Amino acid sequence: MSNTRGILQAAHFNVVLATGEAPIFKAGDRVRILLRAPIGHYRVPIYLRGKHGSIEAVIEPAAVDNEEEGFGRNAGSKRHYYRVAIPMAEIWSDYAGSPRDGLRIEIFETWLERI
Amino acid sequence: MADPEQDHHHDHDHAEITQGEAPGYFDIMETAVRELLIERKLIRADEIRRQIEVIDSRTPALGAKVVARAWVDPSFKTRLLENGRTACEELGISFYDDTALIVLENTPCVHNLIVCTLCSCYPRPVLGLPPDWYKLKPYRARAVSEPRAVLAEFGTEIPDDVEVRVSDSTAIVRYLVLPMRPDGTDDYDEQQLADLVTRDAMIGVIPVRVEQ
Repeated sequence: MSNTRGILQAAHFNVVLATGEAPIFKAGDRVRILLRAPIGHYRVPIYLRGKHGSIEAVIEPAAVDNEEEGFGRNAGSKRHYYRVAIPMAEIWSDYAGSPRDGLRIEIFETWLERI
Repeated sequence: MADPEQDHHHDHDHAEITQGEAPGYFDIMETAVRELLIERKLIRADEIRRQIEVIDSRTPALGAKVVARAWVDPSFKTRLLENGRTACEELGISFYDDTALIVLENTPCVHNLIVCTLCSCYPRPVLGLPPDWYKLKPYRARAVSEPRAVLAEFGTEIPDDVEVRVSDSTAIVRYLVLPMRPDGTDDYDEQQLADLVTRDAMIGVIPVRVEQ
């Protein structure tokens, strides 16, 4: 979790972080997965678009944004991504299992909005 | 010279091993791209052979060693759950494909199941190639929509008071299930424990069982 440590040190020295350096969300934050449908191959599965969930963890370190890189744009640029928890009952209105059952998936920051 | 028929000792009959069908569209495309890349000297034929050797060297036996180590060494287990990749690297398992690894611990309260709904993301550095069923659409679709029914088809009944947690592996993270150590294995050494751990248990479709 080297990035988190670096950010804590930055706070200690009153260093102002550039946009994108620190993750926007933290564990426990409620989020909505964006309901976008851009043309091309995107990593967020369609069955999860528009669904509500919560951040379980920031996945460190930040990773290359393969959706941009796949189109030759901003190759090598990194983005934060998160392990997002979504109840099965939120995804499937007729879900037959326990109401505690859930799904986990990693999603880039560009696909999440705060709720 | 020996008669090949005499050398071919088998106690069973089987169909003749031949290439039955003409190569399909993607077979032909793969061959064409590969030959072009070699012809243009962008890759060498021995690099392809080398990569096949890399893949062949990765089998579920590696994952089984990781699981057994976690069962016998609590500090290793802590590191494994903190960062699956660096803990595997401690044991000499390299991550040639630059993926992260999250290890998911099964407990009496939570049962983890792994799927990739978009394609076939799988912890290849530590488990090798995925089984065919893992790549088929019925598994990929149903694992996220009716995981308990899928588990039941593998013979795994999850009680209602146990949470089923499905991890859909779609980007950079790969997942490995750390199954529960079965009862009755207190006197097993690490290798005996590793011998119990199967590929399917590390995908999360079955628990680890002591053979009766």
